[in-house]
Amino acid sequence: MESKDTRDTPLRAVHERLGATMTDFAGWLMPLRYGSETAEHNAVRSDAALFDLSHMGEIAVTGPDAGAALDYALVGWLSRLAPGRARYTMLCAPDGGVLDDLVVYRQAEDRYLVVANASNTEVVLRELNERVTSAPGAGRGCTVADETADTGLIAVQGPNGSSRLAPLTSLDLSGIKYYAGAYGSVAGRRAWVARTGYTGEDGFEIFCAPQDAEHIWEALSDSSSLPAAGLASRDTLRLEAGMPLYGNELGPDVTPYEAGVGRIVKLDKPGDFVGREALAARAAEGPRSSLIGLVASSRRVPRHGYAVLSGDGTQVGTVTSGAPSPTLGAPIAMAYVAPRAEGPFGIDVRGKTEPASVTELPFYHRKGK
Amino acid sequence: MSVPAELHYTQEHEWVSIEGDTASIGITDYAAQALGDVVYVSTPEVGASVTAGEPCGEVESTKSVSDLYSPLDGEVTEVNSELDDNPGLVNAEPYGSGWIFRVRVADGASGITAQPGLLSPTEYEELTKSAG
Repeated sequence: MESKDTRDTPLRAVHERLGATMTDFAGWLMPLRYGSETAEHNAVRSDAALFDLSHMGEIAVTGPDAGAALDYALVGWLSRLAPGRARYTMLCAPDGGVLDDLVVYRQAEDRYLVVANASNTEVVLRELNERVTSAPGAGRGCTVADETADTGLIAVQGPNGSSRLAPLTSLDLSGIKYYAGAYGSVAGRRAWVARTGYTGEDGFEIFCAPQDAEHIWEALSDSSSLPAAGLASRDTLRLEAGMPLYGNELGPDVTPYEAGVGRIVKLDKPGDFVGREALAARAAEGPRSSLIGLVASSRRVPRHGYAVLSGDGTQVGTVTSGAPSPTLGAPIAMAYVAPRAEGPFGIDVRGKTEPASVTELPFYHRKGK
Repeated sequence: MSVPAELHYTQEHEWVSIEGDTASIGITDYAAQALGDVVYVSTPEVGASVTAGEPCGEVESTKSVSDLYSPLDGEVTEVNSELDDNPGLVNAEPYGSGWIFRVRVADGASGITAQPGLLSPTEYEELTKSAG
């Protein structure tokens, strides 16, 4: 599984010390699990855990025209974002298809940090470079720079994440709202600390210099006794939280409307943006398929690519993600089905139809939300 | 990763323990670690006849599902019902309480050692090393 072509995160030595099972993920050697992925999942739901997310792409867009350039390049209205705030948004193709989903932080008046999926970082970088130069009137006062190799990213996720991180940071975490961030120090090292995540829990993401990543990780792990969690638990956590994953729920063949996040397409923002015409048309005609949540009544797990069947056995959709849900204690899945398809549905689990009930997404709501 | 010396193994990462004309079967430590947390084991029915090399059940884990193969021809005499409530036994004690099913071998005790598909512990260790 380990190949010479994979990139190491700045925390490789830590994962080795912890005895992690490593896997090649989007060209990076990443921890899949440290022990039981179910225990890691449950730690995030009930307490808190640490994730190494240094594989994510960080692209800085800076300069006086950065906001206007991103308004043209992305579907969101980023120039309107207040400094210190974050937005979930997408990069779409001219035909409206999703090229990546992103979190964009406005770190300062003239600086945005675009966080891309590891598998798409090159595409996002190329598209941003092209689009900022072709953006009407926004080309000159804007620079795009790939900071992935200069960034370590550690996430602290879970209901107790805030209280565990608080003693180690200069920041007043209660002053950082959901989808906001601030510069400060963690374990004495400078970091951008944001209240964001991909687990459905409260938590923080700590962007730091790669040479500081191990120091910060060890401080969180030692003095806060936070356990480590790997990519396997990250996937079941995000699935329970109903969060789409690029390559599963998202791809060039769907628009944000099919994925159920049409609200992030800001058709009311001024000026043109890449994909506007196609997305406006899709908004008017309605999505071509719907993303639904399914809970299986058998213990056999629906997986990516399995057929969703109507009552008479005809295929009406396809499973995009499926896993046994530790929190629900049953297999769950997200699937695209025809817009007017109605249940009850079955899922073709390797030749045998297993009944599944439709449930509203997300499968899991954190307490107090 | 442990490969007990007293067991036989298969290409499909199962272990076989032979007592008289009955074989107990489970998946190896290597397989259990590769699968991750096992959440469901679908076993063959008691009384069912099974054929060497053919699927007779499934092992579901968080990330994937694998077929369970019978290493021998014969009749299923017992299945591990503990796994129904506690499939994690397959991870915790793959060679002990995580056993999956038992088969009375068609040709009796003499038929077992003649099975061509079974690997020695050394051969199995080689297999897992070459699988990386």
